[in-house]
Amino acid sequence: MIQPVNGLVSGVLPVAGDLPVTGDTITFGWRLNGEETQIEVDPAERLLDTLRYRLGLTGTKEGCAEGECGSCTVLMDGLPVNSCLVLSFQAAGRRIDTVESLDEAALAPFLEGGATQCGACTPGVVITANWLLANRDLLDTHHIRELMAGNLCRCTGYDGIVDSIEAALEADDPAVVGDAS
Amino acid sequence: MLAEEPEAVPLAGGTDLLVHWPAHHETRESTYLDLGQIEELRSHRWTEDALILGGTTTYWDLIRDPRTTRDLPLLVDAARQVGAVQIQARGTWAGNIANGSPAADGVPVLMAYDAVVVAQSERDSCEIPLSEFYLGYKEMRLADDQLITRIRVPLAPRANQRFDKVGARRAQAIAKIGLATVEAEDGWRVVAASLAPTVRRCPAVEALLDSGEAEYSLDGFETALATDVSPIDDIRSTAEYRRRVAARLLFFGPGSREA
Repeated sequence: MIQPVNGLVSGVLPVAGDLPVTGDTITFGWRLNGEETQIEVDPAERLLDTLRYRLGLTGTKEGCAEGECGSCTVLMDGLPVNSCLVLSFQAAGRRIDTVESLDEAALAPFLEGGATQCGACTPGVVITANWLLANRDLLDTHHIRELMAGNLCRCTGYDGIVDSIEAALEADDPAVVGDAS
Repeated sequence: MLAEEPEAVPLAGGTDLLVHWPAHHETRESTYLDLGQIEELRSHRWTEDALILGGTTTYWDLIRDPRTTRDLPLLVDAARQVGAVQIQARGTWAGNIANGSPAADGVPVLMAYDAVVVAQSERDSCEIPLSEFYLGYKEMRLADDQLITRIRVPLAPRANQRFDKVGARRAQAIAKIGLATVEAEDGWRVVAASLAPTVRRCPAVEALLDSGEAEYSLDGFETALATDVSPIDDIRSTAEYRRRVAARLLFFGPGSREA
């Protein structure tokens, strides 16, 4: 498990966070990174904000707030979604997996293949790539680039990302998280 | 619930409503009706003569159902060109219809397949052909207390099925031009997006294709299109580009098929 660097505790918010306060909170259960927990959120809170500012899981990034860049990608019920476009209460009763759930070994192909430079896109890239690797039957109908098209990168020119995924496919890395259903 | 609070906004995948959410202070004050936990709305099913989509069936649901590729291939073509996987996993067909964008990707292919919208309220249930659903820019035959609960897509013998989306990129792009063309047993369906205030059938182009001419001309398609659509200059494209490229898509697409 990759541990969050910040020691943020639920209810203690950093200055940078801007969680909305619109009314009565909603409390629900969900399965976050494999663990069944309860969480209390404002109804207007985005999943991205809950993860970063309420839970200190800052691996998931905000790049565009409009579902274009993919740096906020998490898995919801095993599918990649933009957490900037999900209200947290919509995740009630669902499985959410963030980049923090990935094994160090899952990251190795990307470090070796030149898939990361500044790192801003990397959490989103590795979560989507990991989903792809866990669902190889997708490659019967889709190319890698189409499946990765929702994760924009300003540094690598994408070839390093694709090469890393191809290398991981060849090495036959075991599936870690997610399913494509 | 909608009967009690008709100003409540139904929320499905949120891929349009939640864009730039933190900046939209006023819209956050509105009441939203989340449809995500209503299980009956999610599933789609096949009957002998139709595909019935649920009110919250997603693009990804159909991409992953192999029967869609076999029987209604344009739905998969369009779904794969919506945004990217992250959007396809959340975005819904009904949401695309109710959002009413003239640049919609799901609407043109549904319309080319003669889809019927089922809208329900406490009072009643209505069925409206999608081709008659839009009245004007963002105006549609959907009352405040109605919810799209199903979309019926009839199965029928069809040929020469095409969906073309012209965008700035292969993914994560809004259509500059969208064209869905299908040859049905009783004639052609030509549906245009991003060329008018609404997604719409192109009756003059359909008549041209139905006439069964031996050879079409680019001019012929430009002329027919001019009576069917009214493209404008906007941030994404120009009227002239839209007119010319749409005509070329028709000429090289349905206009060039083997008879």
